[in-house]
Amino acid sequence: MQQPIIEMHGIVKRYYIGKPNELEILHGIDLTVHQGEFVAIVGESGSGKSTLMNIIGVLDKPTEGSYVLDGVDVSKAKDSALSDIRNRKIGFVFQTFNLIGRTSAQKNVELPLLYARVPARQRAKRAKELLEQVGMSERATHEPNELSGGQKQRVAIARALANEPALLLADEPTGALDSATSRTVMDIFHDLHRQGMTIVLITHSQQLAEECQRILTLQDGRIIGERKGAGRHA
Amino acid sequence: MLDNIRMAFASLWAGKMRALLTMLGIIIGIGSVIAIVTVGDSLSGSLTDSLQSFGVNNITVSLQQKTESDSGGVRMFAMTQPSEEDRITDAMLEEYTDVYGDSIQSVALESSLGMGTVGSGEDTASVQVTGVNGDYADANGLELLCGRFIKDSDGERQLAVVSDLVCETLFGRADASVLGQSFQVTVGQKLLTFYVAGVYEYDDSGYFSMTGEDPVTGMYIPLAAAQKLGETGEGYQDFTVVAAAGTDTAAFLEETEAFFSSFYTRNESWTVTATSMESLIEEMTGMLDTVKLAISAIAAISLLVGGIGVMNIMLVSITERTREIGTRKALGARRSDIRLQFITEAVVICLVGGALGVALGVALGSAGASLLGYAAKPSLSAILVAVGFSMAIGVFFGYYPANKAAKLDPIDALRYE
Repeated sequence: MQQPIIEMHGIVKRYYIGKPNELEILHGIDLTVHQGEFVAIVGESGSGKSTLMNIIGVLDKPTEGSYVLDGVDVSKAKDSALSDIRNRKIGFVFQTFNLIGRTSAQKNVELPLLYARVPARQRAKRAKELLEQVGMSERATHEPNELSGGQKQRVAIARALANEPALLLADEPTGALDSATSRTVMDIFHDLHRQGMTIVLITHSQQLAEECQRILTLQDGRIIGERKGAGRHA
Repeated sequence: MLDNIRMAFASLWAGKMRALLTMLGIIIGIGSVIAIVTVGDSLSGSLTDSLQSFGVNNITVSLQQKTESDSGGVRMFAMTQPSEEDRITDAMLEEYTDVYGDSIQSVALESSLGMGTVGSGEDTASVQVTGVNGDYADANGLELLCGRFIKDSDGERQLAVVSDLVCETLFGRADASVLGQSFQVTVGQKLLTFYVAGVYEYDDSGYFSMTGEDPVTGMYIPLAAAQKLGETGEGYQDFTVVAAAGTDTAAFLEETEAFFSSFYTRNESWTVTATSMESLIEEMTGMLDTVKLAISAIAAISLLVGGIGVMNIMLVSITERTREIGTRKALGARRSDIRLQFITEAVVICLVGGALGVALGVALGSAGASLLGYAAKPSLSAILVAVGFSMAIGVFFGYYPANKAAKLDPIDALRYE
């Protein structure tokens, strides 16, 4: 078996701690994702999906439990260290793309490299390669408002890959796209998976989840089921 | 850093109108400071120039009525003219030149005879008839066109040195051919005859030439002649000392005043004061500086308001760009990265505003200065201070919003609609 990228044990997340309205969202999640896996996490809204994604993406810290990401214990890390971990180990793909406005596609892709203190010339070179990889090199100078939804998402994927992250974390990546462009985006994920990228896909769509290798079902803050997916052309 | 600056300009450009309105406070603040300093500097520059033409090394010694506290409150302001025995005597002056000979270049003595009129019919000119000694020309910077100046040895001779303007009025010309010609001057009720000994060039470039009327020029006659004609008797109410080159004028002024005051310790109503052009210039520039400072303080309030405007617009901008901040954080921006980005943006707004303000200020100041008839002197130091100040405003008023942005929680920021 490959080495684990995500190793979570007994992750608990509570809000309003110590107050009368204290709320426990995650009730002890154990999750292991190995290198090169393509995992889907599915769940209804309110299942704790987003909270789990935020913790996986080290945007949030668990209240209890341990989380080791690519060999680094992130459950106790400081804010600036978390920034670096997000920068180098995780590539985010959002439902709403979240490209920076009034900034060209290439500059958007360069952003994670900028925060990694990569010199300007190397940034530009790498960004062009990445846009090529997602078939967007012709639109490098276009600003987000000049791109279609699918094109935006491809730029966002290129941006997520900039620092060669250990994990690609996609939150409903096709949620805002029509079925044809959704297909293109999913195909890019499958290509990346074939090249060895570890991908965690968070979705409420069973159909998309079926395309993955492994499907985890989250309900009321617990993982209630785990099964194999059908693979690429389900 | 370069990327931050480029980003700041891009977002400035995206909200041109808003940025311009925000900058207005800074533009007006910086602009008015620069304009005022430019006008003030030009004014004090040309004031100093014109005063300097009278000689900075001149010390004027004059009799001054003692105030109540000086004289013990016996009698006040009853006498407005010093009597003959109150005046500065030749004996005092001799002693003075003996003691301070090394510091003195010349001592200009004068005794005014009053206003006179020369010429006849329509074609007349007014003159101020003054008896002077030989040193007078040196102290007052008179440039002779032809002839010679009054000498101490002229005694009571009816010689006169007149301006070229008076010469033109009298003879229709102002060259060597008028030397030795006689002319008549009416002083009070008396009609006096004088002979032209020299002609000097009237300097109309000075500060006092702004009035459009025909100027009253000086007519200089020998001191003894003036004293005899005016029946004023011996002694002087005031005189001018030209300090020798290399003398500390300020210190010499004190010594001179102390020297002459010693003769007047027992005099009940009169004492002596000494003033110099230098002290006058200092006083005037000091006054101008105070005015400049006061107006600059008002302008500083405008800058403060401008700074608050920048802070306000930064807070608005940060709220609008909450998702962008969240995205940047998710992509690995540290707090310091975000903080720097927004401080840079605030500084860029302020610097652009400052630059526009400097341009506006220099334009307004130059226009104002030339309107007053002076050469504009934009102050480089004021411009540098203004630019530095606007940068400081950017950092100061940008820090709070930037820090607020830096501390945003990435999850909340990403979720922000």
